Amino acid sequence: MKNKKTTDSLTFQKDFQRNWSLYLLALPVILFYLIFHYVPMYGIAIAFKDFKMNLGIFGSGFAGLKHFKAFFDYPNFWRLIGNTVRISLCTLLFGMPAPVIFALLLNELRMKKLRSVIQTVSIFPHFVSLVVVCSIIKEFCLSDGLFNVVAGWFGAAPRSLLQVPGAFTPVYVISHIWEKTGWSSLIYLAAIAGIDSQIYEAADIDGAGRFKKMWYITLPCIKPTFIILFIMAVGGVMSVGSEKILLLYNETIYSHADVISTYLYRKGLLEFNFSYSTAVNLFNSVINFTLVMAANRISKKLSDTSLF
Amino acid sequence: MIGSKSLKNRTIDLVLAVFLTLLATVMLYPMLYEVFVSFSEAGELVKSRGILLHPLGFTLDAYKIVFGIRDILTGYANTLFVMVFGLAVNLLMTSLGAYFLSRKSDRVKLQKPVMLMILFTMYFSGGLVPTWLTVKNLGLYDTRWALILPTAVNTYNMILLTSYFRSIPESLEESVRMDGGGHITILFRIILPLSKPAMAVMFLYYGVSHWNSWFNAMIYLRDSSLYPLQLILRNILVEGSALNTNSFSVSAMNYEEMEKSVKAAMVVVSTIPFLLIYPFLQKYFRGGLMVGSLKE
Repeated sequence: MKNKKTTDSLTFQKDFQRNWSLYLLALPVILFYLIFHYVPMYGIAIAFKDFKMNLGIFGSGFAGLKHFKAFFDYPNFWRLIGNTVRISLCTLLFGMPAPVIFALLLNELRMKKLRSVIQTVSIFPHFVSLVVVCSIIKEFCLSDGLFNVVAGWFGAAPRSLLQVPGAFTPVYVISHIWEKTGWSSLIYLAAIAGIDSQIYEAADIDGAGRFKKMWYITLPCIKPTFIILFIMAVGGVMSVGSEKILLLYNETIYSHADVISTYLYRKGLLEFNFSYSTAVNLFNSVINFTLVMAANRISKKLSDTSLF
Repeated sequence: MIGSKSLKNRTIDLVLAVFLTLLATVMLYPMLYEVFVSFSEAGELVKSRGILLHPLGFTLDAYKIVFGIRDILTGYANTLFVMVFGLAVNLLMTSLGAYFLSRKSDRVKLQKPVMLMILFTMYFSGGLVPTWLTVKNLGLYDTRWALILPTAVNTYNMILLTSYFRSIPESLEESVRMDGGGHITILFRIILPLSKPAMAVMFLYYGVSHWNSWFNAMIYLRDSSLYPLQLILRNILVEGSALNTNSFSVSAMNYEEMEKSVKAAMVVVSTIPFLLIYPFLQKYFRGGLMVGSLKE
């Protein structure tokens, strides 16, 4: 409260006189946000227009909600929503616990040297470029690829996995876990390292075993971290990134792999339906924004942990 | 009693060590596999199926071909260009922004509104097409700047750096102020020299994102002589575009047979630069930087 009063009593003129050189330093950054974030936000207006490149945003004719209607009437509308939600929910369901479990196990490993080697190895896939990751996935999924060779040991018939619609989500999720588990576990390991060792010592005196200490001390201590990451993930349920899917999918598996972001990419930048694509994008952004806010509010109520 | 407990503990340790080692091996294997394939003799490779535990034979033919492909070399050069200039822009802009945001807020009236304006972009954005149109209208389409300017500041990174700057005691700046030095002196003489670990992390995050990025190049570049390495790799490895076999001498070799190991060699060649700096940067990951960012 006190802070607020002092700020209010400072007039803008005085503020500028005092801080002009600081504002000058910040100007490039402010301009960056205005140009590359806020100008595009203004550009959302084309979702309500029939945008023509040569007429500009202002000059193009008004179209009302036509493009939104067209999207809702799109025969595969529910397929897009379903794929988006399925892929991201599966990623969340399997991708969120994996780093927690990995961090807990790694933390229990007493051999320091081995621990650091394993950690190094596990982080590595995170830094390999997505293009390379996807080219490896594609190669392994071929009918004579590694996955099929391994599946063959168990008597499965070889098939080209990325041509099988139902196999897409597992391939996507499993490769996601491979890429991200080590990296995501770092944040939990840092949280574990921050736990006061006295708590463990007290538990030792009470005769708690390893498992009990893990369950009653370590897990509750990393809960806030987990919740924050969970909120962010829930907020992103409708925003499956397009890059990995664009690299992996093909027309034969659109039924299970085409998501909102890949669809609006095709419509917008391959077919140049600018207005329609922007309408789809806006629909998606509004849902995402609402989800983040909702997830944040719920977690604030339930656990006192929130993003803002 | 105590004996049996420690025995049990040791068994758990052993099982854990074996399990985690196996897991790490599985995680590393895809890369190892590519390395093995890239060194294998093409003839041997065609006959084999499944898991490789070592290269089949040993030859550098695949690498000779890869380094003979002009696209790969120009890709490397383009990526290098974008990395040098991109990183310079990234680091400068991010430290300017972080410096501004890390000042005591009650003395800078516009700081809160600017912070809000920046944070809002993390949750809502104009989207693909409006951003693309903006870049095009600015005249950046089909220039290398399209890969540098739109990604000049990453909000998440900037907040990370801001919280690091905030942790530097204000008293250190007093001496500069006493000498009549301004913000630029404080930033470049005091703050940045004290922020080397944080700047190393910024260098890593921005550097990796430039090295790995392909999507922006795909949507903003038409001239293929500007393509960065990852986009060229994507066209060859993922989209399966035919290699221009005339560009290298393949006369004696059967390219069909070689294809698999050539592709693997490309994977290795594009990942090696990162592998070389990885050990040096690794120590920074374990620091508290990530935790600090989370509390923001």
